[in-house]
Amino acid sequence: MSAISASEKVDGFTRKSMRKAQKQRKSQGSSQYRTQSAPVELSPLPQLKDAPSTEQQELFTKKLQQCCMLFDFLDSVMDLKSKEIKRATLNELVDYVSTNRGVLVESTYPEITNMICTNIFRTLPPSDNPDFDPEEDEPTLEASWPHVQLVYEFLLRFLENPDFQPSIAKRHIDQKFVLQLLELFDSEDPRERDFLKTILHRIYGKFLGLRAFIRKQINNIFLRFIYETEHFNGVAELLEILGSIINGFALPLKAEHKQFLMKVLIPLHTAKGLALFHAQLAYCVVQFLEKDPTLTEPVIRGLLKFWPKTCSQKEVMFLGEIEEILDVIEPTQFKKIQEPLFKQISKCVANPHFQVAERALYFWNNEYILSLIEENIDKVLPIMFGSLYRISKEHWNPTIVALVYNVLKTLMEMNCTLFDELTSSYKADRQQEKKKEQERDELWKKLDELRLSNTNLFQNNSRGLPCVQNNNNNNNNNNNSNNDNQDKSAEAAAVATDNKDPEVKDPDVSVAASESTPCAK
Amino acid sequence: VAEEGGPCSLSKMAGADGDDSLYPIAVLIDELRNEDVQLRLNSIKKLSTIALALGVERTRTELLPFLTDTIYDEDEVLLALAEQLGNFTMLVGGPEYVHCLLPPLESLATVEETVVRDKAVESLRKISQEHSPVDLEVHFEPLVKRLASGDWFTSRTSACGLFSVCYPRVSSTVKAEIRQHFRTLCSDDTPMVRRAAASKLGEFAKVLELDYVKSDIISLFTALASDEQDSVRLLAVEACVSIATLLPQEDLETLVMPTLRQAAEDKSWRVRYMVADKFSELQKAVGPEITKNDLVPAFQNLLKDCEAEVRAAAANKVKEFCENLPEDNREQIIMTHILPCVKELVSDTNQHVKSALASVIMGLSTILGKDNTIEHLLPLFLAQLKDECPEVRLNIISNLDCVNEVIGIRQLSQSLLPAIVELAEDAKWRVRLAIIEYMPLLAGQLGVEFFDEKLNTLCMAWLIDHVYAIREAATCNLMKLVEKFGAEWAQNTIVPKVLGMANDPNYLHRMTTLFCINALSEACGQDITTKQMLPVVLKMSNDQVANVRFNVAKSLQKIGPVLDSNALQTEVKPVLEKLATDTDMDVKYFAQEAISVLALA
Repeated sequence: MSAISASEKVDGFTRKSMRKAQKQRKSQGSSQYRTQSAPVELSPLPQLKDAPSTEQQELFTKKLQQCCMLFDFLDSVMDLKSKEIKRATLNELVDYVSTNRGVLVESTYPEITNMICTNIFRTLPPSDNPDFDPEEDEPTLEASWPHVQLVYEFLLRFLENPDFQPSIAKRHIDQKFVLQLLELFDSEDPRERDFLKTILHRIYGKFLGLRAFIRKQINNIFLRFIYETEHFNGVAELLEILGSIINGFALPLKAEHKQFLMKVLIPLHTAKGLALFHAQLAYCVVQFLEKDPTLTEPVIRGLLKFWPKTCSQKEVMFLGEIEEILDVIEPTQFKKIQEPLFKQISKCVANPHFQVAERALYFWNNEYILSLIEENIDKVLPIMFGSLYRISKEHWNPTIVALVYNVLKTLMEMNCTLFDELTSSYKADRQQEKKKEQERDELWKKLDELRLSNTNLFQNNSRGLPCVQNNNNNNNNNNNSNNDNQDKSAEAAAVATDNKDPEVKDPDVSVAASESTPCAK
Repeated sequence: VAEEGGPCSLSKMAGADGDDSLYPIAVLIDELRNEDVQLRLNSIKKLSTIALALGVERTRTELLPFLTDTIYDEDEVLLALAEQLGNFTMLVGGPEYVHCLLPPLESLATVEETVVRDKAVESLRKISQEHSPVDLEVHFEPLVKRLASGDWFTSRTSACGLFSVCYPRVSSTVKAEIRQHFRTLCSDDTPMVRRAAASKLGEFAKVLELDYVKSDIISLFTALASDEQDSVRLLAVEACVSIATLLPQEDLETLVMPTLRQAAEDKSWRVRYMVADKFSELQKAVGPEITKNDLVPAFQNLLKDCEAEVRAAAANKVKEFCENLPEDNREQIIMTHILPCVKELVSDTNQHVKSALASVIMGLSTILGKDNTIEHLLPLFLAQLKDECPEVRLNIISNLDCVNEVIGIRQLSQSLLPAIVELAEDAKWRVRLAIIEYMPLLAGQLGVEFFDEKLNTLCMAWLIDHVYAIREAATCNLMKLVEKFGAEWAQNTIVPKVLGMANDPNYLHRMTTLFCINALSEACGQDITTKQMLPVVLKMSNDQVANVRFNVAKSLQKIGPVLDSNALQTEVKPVLEKLATDTDMDVKYFAQEAISVLALA
């Protein structure tokens, strides 16, 4: 958008401030593209309740047709009188379908759906704010809400009317209708999404023939959200509907549903705006696991794969979800997943962000989780010990240190001998790790030299084989000088080890230092 | 690196080194399996090194099968792998073995994560060129077919990007199959796949024989352009450009125009936006006749669209569209059809629209000539110069040069100056910076008298701005002005003011004097530098603030080449020697540096 880039060139901040200024003026949007030529002025029709019953049906139809007239709400003074007439008529229609029996005869269905489609189905306007952040910014509200709200209300009452017959309605409320309805879930207006949620739920309940289609389209919306646009406002609402749908799945679960869990719901966790729908998402996942516990392992592995790397806020959410899952996990499933899971938890416990560490340490307040850990203490403790032991000495946050002491105490009580063994072997294990690290460095150094000698070889290859010898010699020289350097650093490390021996403080520091060498290359 | 050598030297090398036991595959694979993602990622990024260590044969027989079978990893690692494999041809033994790379890339092309998949497709496209025609049919094309009929949408989307690279090099039976597969994917059940197909439609059309473009592509294009999802329809607009370019003029009206007209009137603003955004390309593709009859009214509608996004996109194209109109009645079309819409846009409610217009509107003056510009465009420029939104004003000022060419600056200057003065004092330093950058241009256009009268004070005021970037830009601006107006002008107008700041109580302003001297000495010449500037600089070597003192050293180093050797020896050298014994280490450092650079030691 060159309109924007021009301002960015000038000042990165103007856009936000201008946006804010603009928003104060106008926080409403609407998009009805040339649906009709200038609105005709409406004239009020007689009240339905005053009409003789023989004429009521005809008047009902007329009123439905009258409500197909659309108005421009961005211009708040235009067509005031007609707008008011339409509003009153819609109110009356809502009232009419919710209080009367026998008004939904077959011939009215097309008129009713036509009125609804004309009013609510529209291309949503471009967002006022090109990088709308649902967590930060105020949503743009639908300008024509005074009418649209009543139409939604009417649709809901229509669907809930005891005389409503899906067999007749399905000719009108079909796949296309549902597709357009689903697209509206992207509306920025939360009031609209709320109506849509209830309505879609009713449609899902009443139209058995549309169920598979609805699930598939939601699937597509989510996949597009995850892999293409990262933008869709109605994810939370759709997940809420799905939560209750999953609840009703028959056992054993169909392959389609399992695929939905693994290929859609789990990847949804990668979304940037996870905070907006995490509660609903976690609910759906747990619903699945309560239905079919054998899914626990793939689900947890999936979450571990997508574990947040840089966003602490999301990491806290993941930990919350893991706890929800552990709350319902079967002990046999726990055994299958405990190793990778606790490796991750041990990293979280050692996280420098105290909220992440704290959230992970809270697991030890959960009675059920504690019982699972106790049962498998010989597996869990060795994984957790290193991190806990280290941060008990090193974490900057005193609350975390206190929590860690409690956790260490609990673990020690679970298996005292193992705890003692791990304590005494801690130092040796660190040394071992360090040694392994050095071996890796060596290996890569050799490989890099090989690559180096190749480069030389290719550069000189016109001179043929003898130069290989030369290069080898050069390599040897390089080797020697490298070795010299290493000897020095090894000496330095040795000195450091001597110094620090009494207090276990900087083995990790020196490990970190040696880690940085391969990267620097 | 490895590719440079070519296959024969590579194998020679493997033989020469020979010592396979040194790098057992197990160790290398261990590295690729390391628990730490970062380490795995590093290893994958050095995959070519590993392959080199193994030699071509073991890379083919051991490394690639391992990569194909066992790698289930984080997307970041997979992305690196997909990229690496695109450059692996030499490492597996050259083009005759390149098909060995297909299995791992095939599975990467089915991964969920878009970036991984796209990278795998990119690598596949790359190595497809290294296949012999036979290998392409035996190995590559079956892969494309497998992907195109995959269960999950990811493999089918990937397939869409591969048809066009193998189509030109296969036999006609295989070509027919490929066309069939593409057709199927264009009507796929999943919108993601239809989008992928729509986005590759133009590219695929380009490699097809013209008859098939007419028979196959047009029907696919029409279908995609009326897809139920606007995200698919808008991609068809992009394809429209390529397709229209391929077809002979006489077919355009029947084959392309109905769809294009429909797109320009689409009920979704995203599709209309796309039409507006691609308008110049479309205009070139359909040629002058259709432009006159169809595109002009369509463009008018887009300029009046109810969505600001669409109007802004169209406004951006105003100049290009007018430029590309057929010359015989260009002026008439602009005056009667386009200009009325443009006039309305000047007072649009949306600032992005106005600012898009402001960035191109000045370009119309060269197309319409002096008289039309003065009569019709000038009022619009002036209106935009007074716009409440600074971005609009800035866009106008940025393009002043083209109006100047047509009507001369005097006419504009009166309305222009208030706007410039206002922007010059804008609260946002980046706005001020943008204005400073236009000063030399304005100075050149206004002439020295006018400049002295109206703008000189402004330029001097920037020297004491509280933002360093502005002071720095102001310094540079002075240099450019001196280059324009000459040393004499400098001596009379700016040098006294600059030197006066040397006594300012604020050390930052005193330093500005030094920075100005650095910038101006060369343009002012030896005489002014030696007689007026040098004494001030030397005097400042006694400043209390160390920052000023070491900047004196730096300045002396900078202006040294402009001075004569006498001044250097008698005046500069003693001062630098004194500074070299300063108590502050930075002052010492820069003094010593100056001494050595000026060769005064």
